[in-house]
Amino acid sequence: MKMSYREAMRAALHEALERDPRVFLMGEDVGRYGGTYAVSRGFLEEFGPERIRDTPLSELGFVGAGVGAALGGMRPIVEVMTVNFSLLALDQIVNSAALLRHMSGGQLSVPLVVRMATGAGRQLAAQHSHSLENWYAHIPGIRVLAPATIGDARGMLRPALADPDPVVIFEHAQLYNLEAELPDDWRCDIARAAIRRAGAQVSVFAWAGCLSKALQAADELAAEGVDVEVVDLRVLRPLDAETIAASVRKTHRAVVVDECWKSGSLAAEVVARIVEDCFYELDAPVARVCSEEVPIPYARHLEEAALPQVSKIVAAVRSVLNV
Amino acid sequence: MSAKRKSAAPSLDKALALRLLKDMLRIRRMEEKCAELYGEGEIRGFLHLYIGEEACATGAVHALDAEDNVVATYREHGHALLRGVPMKAIMAEMFGKVSGCSRGRGGSMHLFDATRRFYGGNAIVAGGLPLAAGLALADKMQGIKRVSVCFFGEGAMAEGAFHEAMNLAALWQLPVLFCCENNLYAMGTALARSESQVDLCVKAASYDMATFRADGMDVGEVFAATAKAAQQVRDGGAPVFLELQTYRFRAHSMFDPELYRDKAEVEKWKERGPIHSLSARLKAARQLTEKQFLALDAEVGVEVDEAVAFAAAADREPVSALLEDVYSPPGAGA
Repeated sequence: MKMSYREAMRAALHEALERDPRVFLMGEDVGRYGGTYAVSRGFLEEFGPERIRDTPLSELGFVGAGVGAALGGMRPIVEVMTVNFSLLALDQIVNSAALLRHMSGGQLSVPLVVRMATGAGRQLAAQHSHSLENWYAHIPGIRVLAPATIGDARGMLRPALADPDPVVIFEHAQLYNLEAELPDDWRCDIARAAIRRAGAQVSVFAWAGCLSKALQAADELAAEGVDVEVVDLRVLRPLDAETIAASVRKTHRAVVVDECWKSGSLAAEVVARIVEDCFYELDAPVARVCSEEVPIPYARHLEEAALPQVSKIVAAVRSVLNV
Repeated sequence: MSAKRKSAAPSLDKALALRLLKDMLRIRRMEEKCAELYGEGEIRGFLHLYIGEEACATGAVHALDAEDNVVATYREHGHALLRGVPMKAIMAEMFGKVSGCSRGRGGSMHLFDATRRFYGGNAIVAGGLPLAAGLALADKMQGIKRVSVCFFGEGAMAEGAFHEAMNLAALWQLPVLFCCENNLYAMGTALARSESQVDLCVKAASYDMATFRADGMDVGEVFAATAKAAQQVRDGGAPVFLELQTYRFRAHSMFDPELYRDKAEVEKWKERGPIHSLSARLKAARQLTEKQFLALDAEVGVEVDEAVAFAAAADREPVSALLEDVYSPPGAGA
């Protein structure tokens, strides 16, 4: 069955609300408005205002209330409009949700799911185009997911809700209109990265909005006879270091693609893992394709120039292959 | 602010008054011992003493039901103790021992007890308010009749989290008792130096919320006001704001040289010390003799000594367990 990323996410939410009365959705404009990205349209009518809860513009307040509701036995799904606005709620995610289990000596669980849109590419300028997944991936105590395919959009929510610990899900805003066939088995292991294209000569690691660009680059390179493996990291914390290392041991070359700024990026962490775990397997220095170190500009040509693009990935692969 | 000020509360039943007196003493003596142990290096980190403010936690906690949720701050030793966390477990936590109430992972500022619905122990000022709103939301959605009581200092009322949580709780009619322990100083910053509106009830009332104010140095008044406020939350399902006016006798933490307030001011407040004033009142009413008071104090002293002995003898967690309790154990379902 062909469906959009939006429809897949919507189906996952719908299923969660139907299966478990403890699950409820709250966030800005999730109800009457139908969701900023129209993911929850019609839910208010179907599930009612108790479970499809419009919130005031109070990210800190309603994310914190989500933490409290999770402690109190519910299974809240909190939608934060974008990662940019999540900075207003960072305290509750980092200082409460992520820490409560540990600070309480293992007594408390926070089974909370926080969803948020991330990423650039729509000319929304600097305050609506951040990719700050690396900030969250830095924090012990939370799991960070980035579904990049229709299957993962459909499959990640169920295990995220079954996780007794807080899970942050990043949905790249460019993906909502992506359409593809929903695989028959869309169940998702949220501990593992996924090989999206097997290859022998070079490993390209990508996730979220960059996965489709990496796959496109791999297609272009295949036409030239270059055999690229594309690994969808998809679990940004805890990192699946095993799958990363296994791929590098096979191809001996690596390119990491990340929409975060290069300095202090998640790509930097992936490169460090590769160097620590399989330095002597490498036949070439590892390359990174990240966003340029500039706030994302409004003008289309400048925004495009600031972001990882297929051409940049192709060039990076060529450089590590020395072709 | 006179020591002779009459309590606004109805006169306390003798048995209750003695329980309140004993519990205030338990907090006082436990914390005095903590300060001593801090000096000896047995307790490290930050240690925020509640000395002077005991009437607040004591009066308030006695007015709650056992099933109510409590969220507190980093000055929470007394609240934890009176919610039933054993003094031994609190002391062991201070010592960083595995038999501490947070397995030695939290320390003074992060006392927890899930079975007693004591949700910490929060060292982010105002961080507990949204949590309390969420706990109340969970209860409301599950049809559980329970009050979520959130203690915080007046310093928290300058934080965004205060306003966001107050608004959410009032907007959604959540059963939260917001209990502000106004000790007049946010660390070293006096109320008038940090708030444009120093009448805290006026501030809270802007959220269309009922407000109460009580003398936080008078345990009977705190008990009566909390009982009334909690009953209103229980009956109406809507949040209520309660201000307890109190004063911290000791420094903010063990590192504070107290440059921001006059010694005379502290001494003046000490005249209204909650333990001293209740015992004086009971003695005047011939409900307590000095001998009985000393016996009570000695009884409390034994509990403190036993707690310290327990903590000192308790095991340290092996370093091999360092990474535990960051995530749930594999296979644990939600």
